[in-house]
Amino acid sequence: MRFSGLKILTEGLTGNRGWTPHWRDPAPKPEYDVIIIGGGGHGLATAYYLAKNHGITNVAVLEKGYLGGGNVGRNTTIVRANYFLPGNSEFYSHSLKLWENLEQDLNYNVMLSQRGQVLLSHSDGQSDALIRRGNAMRNQGDDAEWISPEYMRKNWPYLNFDSPRFPIYGGLMQRRAGTARHDAVAWGYARGADQRGVDLIQNCEVTGIDIENGVVKGVQTTRGAIRAGKVGIVTAGRSGQVAAMAGMRLPIESHVLQAFVTEGLKPCLDTVISFGMGHFYISQSDKGGLVFGGDLDMYASYAQRGNLPMVEHVAEAAMTLMPMIGKAKILRSWGGIMDMTPDGSPIIDRTDTDGLFIDCGWCYGGFKAVPGSGYAFAHLMATGTPHKSAERLRLDRFRTGRGLMDEEGTGAQHNLH
Amino acid sequence: MRLPCPICGERDVREFTYKGHAVALDRPAPNAGDAAWEDYVHLRENPAGETRELWYHGGGCGAWIVVRRNTVTHEVLGAELASEVAE
Amino acid sequence: MRLSQGGLIDRAKPLRFSFDGKGYQGFAGDTLASALLANDVRLVGRSFKYHRPRGILTADSNEPNALMTIRRAVDEPNVRATTQELYEGLEARSQNAWPALGFDLLGMNDLLAPFLGAGFYYKTFMWPKSFWERVYEPFIRRAAGLGALSKAPDRGRYDKAFAHCDLLVIGGGPAGLMAALVAGRAGADVILADEDTRLGGRLLAEREEIDGGPALDWVEEATAELRALPNVRLMTRTTVTGAYDGGTYGALERVSQHLASPAGHAPIETFWRIVARRAILAAGAHERPIAFPNNDRPGVMLASAVRAYVNRWGVAPGKRVAVFGQGADAERTARDLRAAGVELAEVITDRVTGTNGRLGLEEILVPDGDGARGINCDCLAVAGGWNPAVHLTCHMGARPVWRDDLAAFVPAEGAVPGLTPAGACAGAFSTAACLSGGARVAGAILEDLGLSAPKPDLPEAEDGGYTITPIWHVEGKGRAWLDFQNDVTVKDVKQSATEGFRSVEHMKRYTTQGMATDQGKNSNVAALAVLADATGRTIPETGTTTFRPPYTPINIAALGAGALDKGFAPERHLTSHAASVARGAPMIEAGLWYRPSYFPAPGEQTWREACDREVTMVRQAVGVADVSTLGKIDIQGPDAGKFLDFVYTNTFSTLKEGRVRYGLMLREDGHVMDDGTTARLGAQQYLMTTTTAAAGQVMAHLDWVRQALMPGADVQIASVTEHWAQFAVAGPKAGAVLASVLDDWAPGDWPFMSCGAVSVSGVAGRLFRISFSGEQGYEIAVPARFGESLFRLLVAQAEALGGGPYGMEALNVLRIEKGFITHAEIHGRVTAFDIGMGRMVSAKKDCVGKTMSERPGLSGPEREQMVGLKPAGSVKQLTGGAHLFEAGARATAANSQGYVTSVGFSPTLGCFLGQGFLRNGRARHGETVRMVDHVRGVEAMCEVCDPVFYDPEGGRMRG
Repeated sequence: MRFSGLKILTEGLTGNRGWTPHWRDPAPKPEYDVIIIGGGGHGLATAYYLAKNHGITNVAVLEKGYLGGGNVGRNTTIVRANYFLPGNSEFYSHSLKLWENLEQDLNYNVMLSQRGQVLLSHSDGQSDALIRRGNAMRNQGDDAEWISPEYMRKNWPYLNFDSPRFPIYGGLMQRRAGTARHDAVAWGYARGADQRGVDLIQNCEVTGIDIENGVVKGVQTTRGAIRAGKVGIVTAGRSGQVAAMAGMRLPIESHVLQAFVTEGLKPCLDTVISFGMGHFYISQSDKGGLVFGGDLDMYASYAQRGNLPMVEHVAEAAMTLMPMIGKAKILRSWGGIMDMTPDGSPIIDRTDTDGLFIDCGWCYGGFKAVPGSGYAFAHLMATGTPHKSAERLRLDRFRTGRGLMDEEGTGAQHNLH
Repeated sequence: MRLPCPICGERDVREFTYKGHAVALDRPAPNAGDAAWEDYVHLRENPAGETRELWYHGGGCGAWIVVRRNTVTHEVLGAELASEVAE
Repeated sequence: MRLSQGGLIDRAKPLRFSFDGKGYQGFAGDTLASALLANDVRLVGRSFKYHRPRGILTADSNEPNALMTIRRAVDEPNVRATTQELYEGLEARSQNAWPALGFDLLGMNDLLAPFLGAGFYYKTFMWPKSFWERVYEPFIRRAAGLGALSKAPDRGRYDKAFAHCDLLVIGGGPAGLMAALVAGRAGADVILADEDTRLGGRLLAEREEIDGGPALDWVEEATAELRALPNVRLMTRTTVTGAYDGGTYGALERVSQHLASPAGHAPIETFWRIVARRAILAAGAHERPIAFPNNDRPGVMLASAVRAYVNRWGVAPGKRVAVFGQGADAERTARDLRAAGVELAEVITDRVTGTNGRLGLEEILVPDGDGARGINCDCLAVAGGWNPAVHLTCHMGARPVWRDDLAAFVPAEGAVPGLTPAGACAGAFSTAACLSGGARVAGAILEDLGLSAPKPDLPEAEDGGYTITPIWHVEGKGRAWLDFQNDVTVKDVKQSATEGFRSVEHMKRYTTQGMATDQGKNSNVAALAVLADATGRTIPETGTTTFRPPYTPINIAALGAGALDKGFAPERHLTSHAASVARGAPMIEAGLWYRPSYFPAPGEQTWREACDREVTMVRQAVGVADVSTLGKIDIQGPDAGKFLDFVYTNTFSTLKEGRVRYGLMLREDGHVMDDGTTARLGAQQYLMTTTTAAAGQVMAHLDWVRQALMPGADVQIASVTEHWAQFAVAGPKAGAVLASVLDDWAPGDWPFMSCGAVSVSGVAGRLFRISFSGEQGYEIAVPARFGESLFRLLVAQAEALGGGPYGMEALNVLRIEKGFITHAEIHGRVTAFDIGMGRMVSAKKDCVGKTMSERPGLSGPEREQMVGLKPAGSVKQLTGGAHLFEAGARATAANSQGYVTSVGFSPTLGCFLGQGFLRNGRARHGETVRMVDHVRGVEAMCEVCDPVFYDPEGGRMRG
């Protein structure tokens, strides 16, 4: 079924009786060409691009819960391409370009809203560092511009310009950045993959990875053994546990990142504002909720929930930056499990096991990466060579020290990001 | 979350900062080889369950402590001074 | 309509208020909702999507419909009229309706409802591509949202506090009161928190007897007894909002929201972190509505709310009231209405199949043979059964458990460690069961805590059983609402199942059911039942979504209390702060510190003029700068040298007493952490200096190394940053300035990189012959209490010699001229090799970071190495953050060879100078490269140089 305004019109006039499932609910077959472990955003996108770009449709996506139930359904929906180190720079640039055509490509409205994102600067030194970033973005062919405090006063007069703890010196704006409807991204890819023949199998937990003589043969699941010549692990948040089934240890520690949404409010914030000094960023959703977040709770966790110190810190940052926000009420807080790598950047690579591939380590940047990650991982799994946008996202960079992507400069070792 | 500092007693987590798994106590010899250092600095068991980890009581006594904690439930099972574990 | 008698209101205290500009009157004790109903105001809001008329549904914080904007110092949107206490002059406005609540143009959305079903927006608005952001999305955004923020800064007083107790009792109904009594009498430290304005819970809203008298008498007695106990703290108007790890609970106290303005210094709200050894959840239960066709008209109300308005507030919510429901709740409602003299239309136990009325209920339809019969009424009390308030038990990840006999979820056992449910929230719905449950749970906890509790005499109370045959949904013509605010109907849930959204999480996300401000408290269970039915599963098989904190929404101002303006982070002031400000120096942030940017002289128009003058002053005469922000760490003990050898790349154990050495420190991953000078003050005492930015990080690191990596070493360390005020005195006349202020001192005794004790007007100080400017330089330190006087003295002496104070701008230019680095260069991604200090990593010993710094990727010609940069073309300006390319290369990511980290105009050399990193840069001195700053629109050709531009031999520094 093709979605369109006309389809909605005809269905509406005929009692909405013609709608069908967005995807099938198939039982697993005994064998596939490719198995994707993990039915989150990245796994579903990988399956979609395997089918669409490479014609590989005998694919199963195995999901232990429901599709899109991981981080793609519990993030702050920000899309951007404002990285500055080689590796991240070309990858996120490619991903943003895919976002810009996603709705037409998927025939699914993921509500990409290129509202712009600004990174605030609070000193001359920060300005220089942000401008270095902006220049890297421009070198990459993406947009970046410097906006002045005067511009901000005009557009966001309620920011604290007059008595701030950290005065605003300016900001780096990417106008093509913005937000998207997070669940729709997962559903759109799921529907697209399903339409091309991919089996999306929910409530199917992988319990083992079958390897013989260094070659992957398939997986064990709660719904039986499934054979496949190629297996991709795309289980951010649980990467360590799944990799352990293949005898691997990863350079990853799992952390909790909290996020927040207020009750619905009439439009008051037309862009994404990031307040680095306060580890705080905020946008407004189409429904009117102010969606915001902060830093990691900073302890290893698989609990998908956090504690009060970070809740309070985020609210404090909100109050010092935009004191008009005081009477917005926090409606819900939640947490996601972040795959934190030592340098804060992701991994898309083959493993030492033939036919076994891994896509992990998205830290707290996985949502905007969904299209690019699926595209590049599908390319790697289909062709055996990395896609050019993801050539540097290698697992061995920590061992060699080559091509580390420590955007924050806090160190290519754990718990400094 | 509250952590039992062996020196100060039970305190709110906001007094502490986190370093990660207690593997950091087992620093290899300089010539232990690439694999040992890769294990030490980068690779992690990252257990979903009980773990041993390092916290710094920077908002208190300045002690580094080794905390036993469950990463799924956040239950804190005990703590000792890193200096005593290291010795 | 106000009843002629009854209710817990003070009819002697009338209060005036307004709603949408129209004036009304209520009484003290009213909520805004009860007062509106007393004035026959039924239409109070509009729904989110279809802008349908909405009336008051509940009498508590679950209210999904009666959300209003209240005029305060800063207007507050989305206030529940059902919990807002009335005060004199209260002004309320309706929301989400234009031009008026009674005539809302967006009500046309309702006519389009066939096209706006669940998830319709995922299927359209894609063509033409540019229209989503330009046309569709702006329209949707304006139509959505509830109230509006005023956009004025909220500078009202909010507070945060900690509290500790043995037992936190959450909820002050019969179970909570009884639990608090038992624990309080046993001597436990008890906090009893309840979101209502007074204790009593459901007893405030029911006509019941306890021990043969009115239940309210018992509530009063219990409250009085608790209030008299010094170990019990009663916190009304306090909602426990979240359960967190380690027995920590968040709670919001509405201190002044019931007043026209806060009294004295009282805050508006206080956010509490309550740390409790144990807790009892006595949060009661919530009645749920029933989904039947057109069940959303104003006047359709929960039966429990109808009883609350009648009994507690003396208000008839309608002139003629019908009741829909089964069993005790329906009977009790009919009884109370009759007792209050309200006309009872009919009690319907079977089905209501429809309603009629414009902007409010006028008639309900019930089956009659093959057709339907209308019953005139303007209020329908709906009793759909009760949901235990399990919410807090879900906050740590546990899912509630379905109980078929109650047709409801109850808390999972051990859901929150240390928290035990009691009373209705545990599924015990009778008053007697609540009283005994509260007592029993409290007794068990006391025993656990080692306190003895005498067995209480349980008061006698109603002990009716609870039976239910749930009616989740009545079929019929027309839409049946589940989620009143978000406009989710039974049809939407069914459609979502048809479209494959069969998981309850998918259904919630696809339909938005449960995502309104009540977070599904009114709709979750019924929606789940409809989904279970549509997918042929039982409710437990279908599962449930969870509840996350907060229990009720919290103003960000309360959670962020204290952080307004400068309150966000501590402000660290130098001892010379006031003196610098007095000289007109702009103070700029340096981490948490404030430092003087420059010291303007008369006639100077720009900072550059001041900066140039100060640089020249230091180069030609003498300058004074406060450098106390640098971290200072005192390191003592027999193993101090060994310790430093391990944390620094170079060797300090061989440093002679009275000497200073520059040191470089790595992280264990082989990258540079920090640099600075360390002085050997005595055989077993060193004083380490860190950069301002890394002072805290280095201290934690040293503590780590000492305790964890060198546990046997005999060394002690302490941060003394705040203990000493330290000033740089630099320039050819620095020796003369010091000679004028130090006792018995001559510069000839103090060679470069020496240190030692000095006396300043009799005050013991320390002197270090070090330089960050490239000139003859000293840093003099005195105990912080003498800092301000020493600064004034040094500046006066310097001025007498043609010098004066200098600020951060000049300090930066001086160090760039000399090729010294800051954290702009050692930004966390560079190695010792990159900054040309590879040879400082001693081959003779181990140190932190050494092994990992030897990884192949961390050195070599592929690395971007530090270089100096000088303009070499017609454009004379350099800019920080620009990228570097080969001359003639296009400015693309693939061609980028490096970047500029620091720039400054050198008055000494008469041109801009820069520092930066360039691939294989040390081998490229003399080459011309292209600098491109797309963002600032600057492009210049530069010459690659050695970073040391000024006095490369160091004669001036040593001389």
